[in-house]
Amino acid sequence: MTEEKDKQFGEVLESLKDVPGPVMMAMQKAQEIYGYLPIEVQLRIADYFGVPLATVYGIATFYSQFRLEQPGQIKIAVCLGTACYVKGSGGVIEKFGRMLGVEPGHTTPDGRFTLEATRCIGCCGLAPVLTVNGEVYGKVTEDSVDEIMAKYNNA
Amino acid sequence: MKTLKELQEIRDREKGGLDERCEGATVTEGAPRAHVLVCGGTGCTSGNSKIIYDNFKTLLAEKNVTDINVIMTGCFGLCSKGPIVVVYPDGSFYTHVKPEDVAEIVDAHLIGGAPVERLLHAEKDADGQMKSINDTDFYKSQRRVVLRNCGVIDPENIDEYLARDGYKAYEKAVSTMTQQQVIDEIKKSGLRGRGGAGFPTGMKWQFTHDAPGTDKYVACNADEGDPGAFMDRSLLEGDPHAVIEAMMIAGYAVGAERGVIYVRAEYPIAVHRLEVAIKQAHEYGILGDNALGLGHKFELELRLGAGAFVCGEETALLNSSEGKRGEPRQRPPFPAVKGLFGKPTLINNVETYGNITQIILNGADWFASVGTEKSKGTKVFALGGKLENVGLVEIPMGTTLRTIVEDIGGGCPHGKKFKAAQTGGPSGGCIPASLIDTPIDYDSLMAIGSMMGSGGLIVMDEDNCMVDIAKFFLEFTVDESCGKCTPCRIGNKRLLEMLDKVTKGEATLEDLDKMEELCYYIKENSLCGLGQTAPNPVLSTLRYFRDEYEAHCNGKCPAGVCKALVSYKVDPEKCIGCTICARNCPVGAISGSVKQTHSIDPKKCIKCGVCASKCPKGAISK
Repeated sequence: MTEEKDKQFGEVLESLKDVPGPVMMAMQKAQEIYGYLPIEVQLRIADYFGVPLATVYGIATFYSQFRLEQPGQIKIAVCLGTACYVKGSGGVIEKFGRMLGVEPGHTTPDGRFTLEATRCIGCCGLAPVLTVNGEVYGKVTEDSVDEIMAKYNNA
Repeated sequence: MKTLKELQEIRDREKGGLDERCEGATVTEGAPRAHVLVCGGTGCTSGNSKIIYDNFKTLLAEKNVTDINVIMTGCFGLCSKGPIVVVYPDGSFYTHVKPEDVAEIVDAHLIGGAPVERLLHAEKDADGQMKSINDTDFYKSQRRVVLRNCGVIDPENIDEYLARDGYKAYEKAVSTMTQQQVIDEIKKSGLRGRGGAGFPTGMKWQFTHDAPGTDKYVACNADEGDPGAFMDRSLLEGDPHAVIEAMMIAGYAVGAERGVIYVRAEYPIAVHRLEVAIKQAHEYGILGDNALGLGHKFELELRLGAGAFVCGEETALLNSSEGKRGEPRQRPPFPAVKGLFGKPTLINNVETYGNITQIILNGADWFASVGTEKSKGTKVFALGGKLENVGLVEIPMGTTLRTIVEDIGGGCPHGKKFKAAQTGGPSGGCIPASLIDTPIDYDSLMAIGSMMGSGGLIVMDEDNCMVDIAKFFLEFTVDESCGKCTPCRIGNKRLLEMLDKVTKGEATLEDLDKMEELCYYIKENSLCGLGQTAPNPVLSTLRYFRDEYEAHCNGKCPAGVCKALVSYKVDPEKCIGCTICARNCPVGAISGSVKQTHSIDPKKCIKCGVCASKCPKGAISK
């Protein structure tokens, strides 16, 4: 499995060979393939483009989308954009945190759930909004947290 | 590769069908007798509009109906009522459509000829008739220039864009105007940057044009980071070719052969539609070595962001586009002189580009006839927050906030009182209810301590605490500060700590003065726009809602939002001892037996509010 990913990523690196300013693009592709940026992958990018590992790590920690740890199987992302916030998404994420026992940005010890606070995803008309593995739930309330958790706990 | 003549043939062929996508159009013989437009914007897609579209296609095919055209379009604007389906030529405006409703619309309306009343947008005219889409309060005060194709054409079909005079502006600019004439036309139009700061667009073009060197870039800032703003996303999703064509015109005018669109990775649909549009433009020979056969070369590529608000700042965007950390650069040199990969670069916002083709086609005077003396044209706003009608609107500059909030937005839901509107996101300020008659343009907003910003407009009602809102924005900027310069990195952090003290009721009145002083210090000394504007939400709320800050200093949060200052109490008169609250309390803070008045232990209570929301008698209040 990993070997296959490594091979796939090798092809990506090859395709970026002549692109100006390729490091971030390579990292984005790496995250698509591996789900996060393991240190070995960061090293490989640094080696390939001849930049220090510190540069790659510096980019990885600068942008909120890059992950350095393996994410959970189920990713719950609550939008904390303004429109969602004024309609109570702060209470929604707090409730998830209480139920899962993790702070936003972290994964439950069993590796099942990752709770994330996201920036505005642009569905302000449906505020407050959250996504579970990319599926959008609109107009959520603190009560819908129970329903959503029940759905994924039983799944 | 298509010739100009072939493109014109496509326009002529498609034009008829597109003209019929308006109310009361007469249907020419042989053309589809109805057009079903399904919204494919992000909001409606989240509400399963793709399935709705597929259902229409399948059902019409099953019933052998071949004279009805089903199109997936860009955003209609009224996102809170989505998913939206509009049927032309009668202009029936369906809202909150579910995939299972499609069969009824097909049978009753498309085949039977009688619109399905229960799904129509519930707004009636004086005669009790359901209003058609263009007569509704939400749409009638709008004027669509930038969004002219959103909700009309299929954004993934270049032919439909062509039929709406697509790529004619480029043809006109390159074949009948000199570079300087194009720049002069943009200058004369009075167009100002729609990204927020309002810099005259024509000047930027001139600077880039005049910069020495032959290797130049045209960049599009589609890193729409303001929370609550989705104008650029909707334009890219609904009319991607308009942005591409405008960048080509800009490329001709400033002498650039390469363009880069820097777009947020959080916008997957916009990215996809741009990719499709760029591919189609290549196939038609519109992009490439000899664009449209007019002798000018233009190539376009996408660069994706990775979630950093500061990248909306133009010099940070350049660094990020080069694959580096998105830290801003010292200016000067300005990007027009030394930009992407060190080359002269023109950077404009998506919405700014959205105006260009119309200015070239209709002339600067036509454009400048709309708007106010110093703010010309229209502005797209993303209305959000406590409003009945949430969504995307385009209004002439100078429209008052009252028109936007009360007429278009339909006022605050549940009869709550309008308290303030916030424009400009984390860089902007709040406009209090007392200034609701302020005309919305660059200079009026600046004068009252807010700013136009990119176009997010969030409405707050009496239940929102202004100190909490200021803290929310400041938390955002503290989080997003890149850390390069000290005033922003440390100053905002200290400011946030002071604000935190206020929300906990631990601040004194002197602290408020200190906060104000620190705000000015940060504004004057930060390197880039992020730091220079970060204290604005605090300053503007201090200016208009100082009484709320003072109330917090006295241990009260008037809106009942700041948790440290709120305590939940049981009203013994109303409590029936049903025990629901005690059973739902996550920390066991509520005691009391059946049919006895319950009480809350303030030491254990975490103020989550579950008890108050569950109480059947409304006996628990803050």
